[in-house]
Amino acid sequence: MSTPSLAQPVGRRDFLKLTGLAGGGFALAFYIRSGGEAAAADAAATGDFSPNAFVRIARTGAVTIVSKQPEMGQGVKTSLPMIIAEQLEVPWKDIAIEQGDFDEKKYGGQSAGGSQSTPSNYDNFHVLGATVRTMLVEAAAQTWGVPASECRAEKATVIHTSGKSLKYRQLVAKAATLPVPAKEAVTLKQPKDFTLLGTRISQFDTPKIVTGKSLFGIDIRLPGMLYAIYEKCPAFGGKVVSANLNEIKALPGVKDAFILEGNGKVKELVPGVAIIADSTWSAFSARKQLKIVWDEGKVVNESWESFLTQAKEKSTQPGGKTLRKDGDPDAALASAAKTVEAQYSYPFISHANLEPQNTTAHWHDGIMEIWSPIQIPSIGTGMVNRVLGIAPEKIKLHLSRAGGGFGRRIGADYLIEAAAIAQKVNAPVKLTWSREDDMRHDQYRPGGIHFLKGGVDAKGKVVAWKNHCFTFGEGGSPGSGGSLSGDEFPGRWIANYQADQTMFDTGWPMGPWRAPGSCVFAWVMHSFIDELAHAGGRDPLELRLELFGEKDEMPAGNAGATTKGKQAAASYNVARMRNVLKFAAEKAGWGKKKFAKGSGAGIAFHFSHRGFFAQVAEVTVSKDGQLKVDRFVTGVDIGAQVVNLSGAENQVEGSVIDALGVLMYQELNIERGRTVQSNFNDYPMIRITDAPTKIETHFLKTAFPTTGLGEPALPPVAPAICNAIFAATGKRVRQFPLSRTDLRWT
Amino acid sequence: MKYTLNVNGQSRSVDVASDTPLLWVLRDSLDLVGTKYGCGVGICGACTIHLNGVPTRACMTPVSTVGKMKVTTIEGLAAASGKLHPVQQAWSDLDVAQCGYCQAGQIMTAAALLKDNPKPNDEDIDGAMAGNLCRCATYMRIRAGIKLAAGLTTVGKGGAQ
Repeated sequence: MSTPSLAQPVGRRDFLKLTGLAGGGFALAFYIRSGGEAAAADAAATGDFSPNAFVRIARTGAVTIVSKQPEMGQGVKTSLPMIIAEQLEVPWKDIAIEQGDFDEKKYGGQSAGGSQSTPSNYDNFHVLGATVRTMLVEAAAQTWGVPASECRAEKATVIHTSGKSLKYRQLVAKAATLPVPAKEAVTLKQPKDFTLLGTRISQFDTPKIVTGKSLFGIDIRLPGMLYAIYEKCPAFGGKVVSANLNEIKALPGVKDAFILEGNGKVKELVPGVAIIADSTWSAFSARKQLKIVWDEGKVVNESWESFLTQAKEKSTQPGGKTLRKDGDPDAALASAAKTVEAQYSYPFISHANLEPQNTTAHWHDGIMEIWSPIQIPSIGTGMVNRVLGIAPEKIKLHLSRAGGGFGRRIGADYLIEAAAIAQKVNAPVKLTWSREDDMRHDQYRPGGIHFLKGGVDAKGKVVAWKNHCFTFGEGGSPGSGGSLSGDEFPGRWIANYQADQTMFDTGWPMGPWRAPGSCVFAWVMHSFIDELAHAGGRDPLELRLELFGEKDEMPAGNAGATTKGKQAAASYNVARMRNVLKFAAEKAGWGKKKFAKGSGAGIAFHFSHRGFFAQVAEVTVSKDGQLKVDRFVTGVDIGAQVVNLSGAENQVEGSVIDALGVLMYQELNIERGRTVQSNFNDYPMIRITDAPTKIETHFLKTAFPTTGLGEPALPPVAPAICNAIFAATGKRVRQFPLSRTDLRWT
Repeated sequence: MKYTLNVNGQSRSVDVASDTPLLWVLRDSLDLVGTKYGCGVGICGACTIHLNGVPTRACMTPVSTVGKMKVTTIEGLAAASGKLHPVQQAWSDLDVAQCGYCQAGQIMTAAALLKDNPKPNDEDIDGAMAGNLCRCATYMRIRAGIKLAAGLTTVGKGGAQ
């Protein structure tokens, strides 16, 4: 039997092509051969059976699965090994999981970002587990002198049709002598027979989490380890002129203090002063005595408020780059039955990982050895190579569990700081950022301002849409997620459509924040669609379905249009989105409930990270303007198979509340080239008291490849809630955070 | 300065500056890293421990003020036999955590709540837990975990829900 794809109708070849495009994919042969040779060599020394880099079965029968992806709370250290365990036929409780070090020659890609860990590894991990199981079955068949086809595997045991059986541990020695079969010779267990995938499995690290065992990057402790802080200029990119290093060196517990020049890039090695001490508190205490003269540079001329003012001035003038133009939007607006104009804006925000950035590094024997909570380790090692001139083979990186990712740890600025400090310290050294460092030196989600005009005809059909988006960049390029695409929904679906963009170039560090771009554009677009629905007297769900038209697939760019932007290469599966939208609406009982004044429902959807999401919010706004989300319903199409139902639901629920928190509270102001906020007292985050009363997650199983869940549930949350607020109160939220809109009603 | 502390039922001696927060004594001097640094100003709750059974922010507690008070950290919450505290067990059964960084503080606060109020209602739970941030926003499961630990609910089919 050949290797069937688990997810029809997209075949295995197409799937690998897709994963290749995402940058996270790699050929299966790579796992089996490259990783396999190294693994087999390691195993030979211990007597273990390990035909690939991911599975090891000891002669005692102990089964270990290596997790290669960085874990940051998205659950991959549990969910990806579940795929192998399913095919391997070993009970979950009998499996141990080890975090693999960074070694892409051995494991293939090890990036955790873009919700790609699952789609990039899903099919390959099935084959990996099935390959090992096939070899164990073959070992039993040879032992008994029977055809392998008469044997099956179950609960770490191979069973013959006659009823005789052998445990895996009894087969390890024999299996280790067998050739690794080609993937075509491996039979995959099929979804109808799955007993583990789709069930609820608690994270493998749960016992350590609930008992407080060392687990996170910040928990690393090495013999003789010293502790570092690193003070950077409050204004982005500022340089050190001088510092009272001699005074600092004389303070209790301080071992050393020195200046690092930096490499001139605001997202890499930033200039600053390092203090090395015998404990974290000695370093934190000495820091209070630091006196540094900074050269703050030109960034002090840049403030959010002044850019906001400039955007308002420029919005009425021609200019900006046209991302897309279809038809004649101006003429269509002029002849529309009704028009709506609105300005939408969202501020910069911080990632605020609860575990502050940290890294431990040890420069020894010509090797830079690093322990770091990092999402894309190759960015970190590449930076160490480039900035410090250390050869790639001399960099050893251990992956620590990260206390939250959200895109922040795609940046490797904290890792390069620790490595640069370690190069000057004759001991292992742990760099710990304070909360204030973390908030003042994040790589922020860029803010943005959109000036929209829309028109509907006498029947309420959307006939015109114009948007001038003002975004932010650094060093001439838009910040991550800052660039609108000409294809962003509803671009392509409206005959008279124009999207323009103007970028403000700044010296501010920006980076990917959970569902970059999507996390803000979905709010703008679905809020304004809602405005047009109400202007035209149409039901918000019905208008969205009308917008989709009859086509089931919308190609990228569409014929004849001028379109630019990074998402321009993606076609849009309208049928999947239409289905999940109807599915969510049905689950929520859209249109069937009567709400009293002050309560209401809102709807929105979004496609990102290969996932199709539609959401309905039911809210109550008190007369004094306090929001309560009573019920939040999510319809999810992430393809054929939910891997770990517990983790999947947790990701969706977390996304819903995270998005609600951003809407309610988050705002990072930048004045004179530095942040105004510095800790959770002035940058509040959502707490349990604001969490919705009820969150429902419904999975719509479809015949498409399984995709990831770290991000795509988040984008439609804010517009669904804001649209519900409008339904409840008649108040339209056009600014983040919510405190900027008066929601009181009578 | 030398201090002798009662930590998780054991006498532990440390030599640190008098203003050192208990948080850093636990983490750096005693290698009890389950208590987490989140904000350093007492508003995220990641460093929550019990002082004589009262939930307390270790980042705001100078070691010099601890004296003979009993310090209980997440490492000392389970029974000596290793049997998990009902809150720890509920967190495991329901797979509450995402990244897990805040959860030691959540668990310590929840354990203190149930000691004072064995059958809390929804308002009691939100009120008691409002000082503990979860950046991954696992608040729905934190609520469910407390109810399970209190015996107000049972583990449904398949656990985590």
